[in-house]
Amino acid sequence: MSNKFGFDISPSRTIDFDKFDNQILQYVLQHESSFMTCMSCGGCTATCSAGNLIDFNIRKMSLGLRRGKPESLAAEIDKCMLCGKCILVCPRGINIRNVVMLIKKALVKFNPKNDERNN
Amino acid sequence: MNEIISQYFTWPFTIGAIYLGIIVIIRFVRWVIGLSKIDKIRILKNVFTIKTWDSIKEAVSEGLLHRKIFKTNSLLGYMHMSLAFGWFLLIIIGHIETIYHEGTMAFPFYKSIFFRYFVHESTGNFIANLFSETMDLLLLFVLSGVFLAYYKRINSRIYGIKRTTKLKSGDKIALSALWLIFPLRLLAESFSAGIHNNGGFLTQLLGNLLYSSFSLEPAVDYMWLAYSMSLGFFFIALPNSRYMHIPTEILLIFLRKYGVNLKKRFNTYSQIQVFSCSRCGICLDSCQLMNAEIKNTQSVYVLKSIRNKSLTDETLFNCLLCGRCQNDCPVGIELNDLRITQRIESTFEYNSSYEYLEHTKAEKADVVYFAGCMTHLTPAIKKSMQYIFNYAGINYWFMDEDKAPCCGRPLMQMGQYDAAQKLIENNRQRIIESGAHTLVASCPICYKVFKEDYSLPHIKIMHHSEYLLDLVYKTKIPYFKPANRIIYHDPCELGRGSNIYEQPRELLGFYTQLIPIQAEKDRSYCCGGSLANIKIQMHEREKIMNSAINEYLKYEPDFLVTSCPLCKKTFAKNRELIVKDIAEIVCESLQNQYTELQKQNEVLLTQS
Repeated sequence: MSNKFGFDISPSRTIDFDKFDNQILQYVLQHESSFMTCMSCGGCTATCSAGNLIDFNIRKMSLGLRRGKPESLAAEIDKCMLCGKCILVCPRGINIRNVVMLIKKALVKFNPKNDERNN
Repeated sequence: MNEIISQYFTWPFTIGAIYLGIIVIIRFVRWVIGLSKIDKIRILKNVFTIKTWDSIKEAVSEGLLHRKIFKTNSLLGYMHMSLAFGWFLLIIIGHIETIYHEGTMAFPFYKSIFFRYFVHESTGNFIANLFSETMDLLLLFVLSGVFLAYYKRINSRIYGIKRTTKLKSGDKIALSALWLIFPLRLLAESFSAGIHNNGGFLTQLLGNLLYSSFSLEPAVDYMWLAYSMSLGFFFIALPNSRYMHIPTEILLIFLRKYGVNLKKRFNTYSQIQVFSCSRCGICLDSCQLMNAEIKNTQSVYVLKSIRNKSLTDETLFNCLLCGRCQNDCPVGIELNDLRITQRIESTFEYNSSYEYLEHTKAEKADVVYFAGCMTHLTPAIKKSMQYIFNYAGINYWFMDEDKAPCCGRPLMQMGQYDAAQKLIENNRQRIIESGAHTLVASCPICYKVFKEDYSLPHIKIMHHSEYLLDLVYKTKIPYFKPANRIIYHDPCELGRGSNIYEQPRELLGFYTQLIPIQAEKDRSYCCGGSLANIKIQMHEREKIMNSAINEYLKYEPDFLVTSCPLCKKTFAKNRELIVKDIAEIVCESLQNQYTELQKQNEVLLTQS
């Protein structure tokens, strides 16, 4: 970062529909439809208590989820402390804490390691 | 045919009673064996102490007299009392009557139940007459309860119950049998009385009346058989119906008195509590989710789902954990903790580790101030507290001014106890390191967890309402009383959660005129903003909040005062009533006083 000055552009990016993994997204939307209305304003991230302590970006996470790229989700979602500031800030009134809990649950549920137990 | 009936009519009762006895004993033994070792030691230690006597007293006052239901509604209380206590007396006095008549205690148990079938001679003996009149009086007492129970199905409003629970098929069988027992007993005894003249005032009157128009002899055995069968059906249906609460509640009362308590995981004591629920539906009426049309997640349904093993996350997590139902529950079931135990079971697979938490240095101070996440969204509260700290000249450290982990309570409400421990440990070390003697929290959610789950020896934990009262008493801050009429809203976690009702009221007494209201202290409302509910939608929260506000507006207060940042934030959405935190009230008063003093000084200066 230090050698960059002024403006920068994000590298171009495509969503590969063959690799589009929306299993968790579908699960979340099914149980918390208010997540559909997210407009990625980033209010949640700005107020986040965990984000104040460490690099944790709930907006980025939700974007990743929507773009079918849940790779780093497991490591990221664990940072949330469920303090609840985000739900008070959200202009759409999204139940973000429920979204977080659903993602956590989905990660256990759809983990291939746990398949035997779930079936 | 009649001969067969007269020989075997006691069998349905006997079989039912034996079946019930065996099932209840098996369940009780299994439950008690399943308790933790410590709990078993507790029981052994306390069995031969005054606690057993206390339990017996409570079993009588709650299990038979239903004192707590009387508090909810006297008619409902009478209904339960007449059924439970009346039936109990019928059994006891019936037994004594049989002993008196037989002159021995060695007779089959069913004999006292069907006494008037077996004993026909009507003696002129005063005591025998007294017995039969007493038994009739008791029967009338029970019947009055039964008829109230019939009428409750038609009109439950006069019993103080707006809503009642839906019945399972097992419940329906047991309920019908229960409803039939006493009318059938009345008929059976009246038939016998009509034929043999062995009844009391009630059965004899009815018997004579019936006998004058019908011949009762062919029907009398069938009547007793029907009575016996209704008892048998009731006993057999009982273990799989809500009436299992009758024996279980007694066990619960004893275990509770012996000091057995709920654990973080579901165990047999939790099961005893689940089975103690009578599904009376009193918790439905106290639940504010009803205001938001959420009608199937109340405590009674959660307990029912636990019993049927059909609990879903949607039901489990749709609860504000405000504790209003727990407060009203006539059985005293720990509804909040039971629900949290279920949440722990539901989420234990994904507790976070929070490895990123770093130990940051603490500042040395006398008082640590922890505002809490919610207070950072209501900056007026923390600014007021800072003003007051400075005014009183306190050496304090604002622990989470810049950054600090959450207190851990919201995680606990979700059942994530292991995860919460990580946050608790991080905060705890910093608090201890500061060397402070007092920890002041502005948020009741934090306050509760500090008090209950942080082990902070030698540190006094205070909510800011307590602390400010302390400052007033120590004359560190002055007070004067403006004419503001205010209502104080008890936050759930501070009131029902931590039992702090008087300190905020005392403090407000110094600065305002407090209006007493109906829904205060342990009957207070939840604001609807509770973090414990992750399923409720924002518009539903607003409905709950608005219905509380509408109630408050009836008293025409100048402000609504609360002592929880989350309540303040929630109520602030309503434009009809200004809401302030208790710290703001104190701070404004200090500021006003200061400006007034300045004005006086100016006047004095210009005069001189």
